[in-house]
Amino acid sequence: MIAIVLRELRRAWSGGGLMLTLAFFLLVATLFPFAIGPDARLLARIGGGVVWATALLAALLPVERLVLPDLEAGVIDQFAVRGLPDAGIAVAKVVGHWIGFGPAVMLAAALSAALLEMPADVLLRLELGLLLGTPGLAALAVATAALVAGMRGAGAVAGMVMLPFALPLLVFGAGALEGGGSGLKLVAATSLLLLAGAPFVAGAALRFARE
Amino acid sequence: MSTARLVLDGVACRRGGRLLFDEFGLALAAGEAALVTGPNGVGKSSLIRIAAGLLAPAAGRVEATGARALLAEAAALDTERTLADAVGFWAALDGARGRVPEALDAVGLGVLAEVPVRMLSTGQRRRAALARVVAGGAAIWLLDEPVNGLDAASTTLLEGLVARHRAGGGIVLVASHVPVALPGARVLPLEPAA
Repeated sequence: MIAIVLRELRRAWSGGGLMLTLAFFLLVATLFPFAIGPDARLLARIGGGVVWATALLAALLPVERLVLPDLEAGVIDQFAVRGLPDAGIAVAKVVGHWIGFGPAVMLAAALSAALLEMPADVLLRLELGLLLGTPGLAALAVATAALVAGMRGAGAVAGMVMLPFALPLLVFGAGALEGGGSGLKLVAATSLLLLAGAPFVAGAALRFARE
Repeated sequence: MSTARLVLDGVACRRGGRLLFDEFGLALAAGEAALVTGPNGVGKSSLIRIAAGLLAPAAGRVEATGARALLAEAAALDTERTLADAVGFWAALDGARGRVPEALDAVGLGVLAEVPVRMLSTGQRRRAALARVVAGGAAIWLLDEPVNGLDAASTTLLEGLVARHRAGGGIVLVASHVPVALPGARVLPLEPAA
C-alpha cells in the first residue's frame, strides 16, 4: 500500500504537481485584488472564500491524470490480479493526491494571505480549515476521477460532478473563518464523510471500468 | 508451486449483450499449459481476463490455486521511470524486488535496466512486461497474445521461459492467434457460441 502511495506521489510531482498547484493557486488569488480593486476591507472580507474556492479548483486540477492513465496502461488490472481491493487502491490514490496538493495549497494560502489583506487570526483558522478540509477534497477528486474516466470531455464533466459535493466543505470552511470552533468541526465532519464514502464510490467505478 | 491448479468449468462470456462463447472448460495442473487459439474477436482476451478474475463469467466458474500473473496488451509499466524501477515496482508488490535483475536478463533486457521505459520499442516493452511476469514468481501465467510485437529471436526466448516455468511446476495459459510452440500443451480452439 505504501508503495502505491509513493507511486501516486511521484507521479503527481513528476507532472510538475507541486509547483503547478502553487503557481495556479497564487495566480487565481492574484486575480481577485486586480479584479475587485485594492479595497483592504472588502478583500479581507472575501479573502477566505477566495482561498477555499481556489483550493477546490486546485484539487480538481489533476483530475484527468488521477485514474484514466492507470486504467489505460493496465495498472489497475495488475493491482486487481494481485488481489488488491478496488477501494484500497482508491484509498492509496486519495492519500497520494492529498500529499501532492494539500500542503501546496496550505503554503500557497499563507502566501496569498498577504495579497488578500488577511489578518493573522483569520489565516490561522483558514489553515486549520484547509488542513481538515483538503483530505475531503482529495477523496472527492479521486472518486470523481474514477467516475468520469474514459468519458469524452472528462475534465468538464468532472467539474460538474465534483462541485456540488464540495459545496458543504466550501460553506463550512468559509463559515469557520468568522470564528468559533463549530465551523471547523463541521469542516472536519464533512471531510470525514467524504473520506469514508469516496473510496467505495471510486472502487465501484473502477470495477465497472473493468467490465 | 507444485500444487498450482487452474480450472475453468462451463465458462460463458457475454460482452455488450452478445454471447461470445459458452461451455468453455479446461483444467490445468502443475507443469501443464494450454494454448487458446481462434480468430480476432472470438473472445480470447476476454477468456484470459476471466481466468485472471478481472471479468466475471456470464456462466460457469473459475478456480485458481496459486498466484496469477497477467500479461495483457497494456504493459502497465510507468513510462517515465527506468526499466528496472518500473518492473521493480511490481516486483516489490509481489515481494520479489531482488529478482528484477535476473528477470531482465532472462528476457534479454539486462543492459537496458537504466533506460526509461518510454525509450523502449514495442517489442522491448513486451519483453519488459514479460519480465514483470517472470520476476513476480506467480505460479499461474496468463499470457494474452504474448508474441505480438516480438521478433523471431524473442519468440524463441518466450517459449524457453514458458518451458522453464512449466518445468518448475508452473501453469501457463496462452491466448494467441498466431502459433506459439508450447511442447505438450493442449490446443483449445475457441469457438463462437452457436
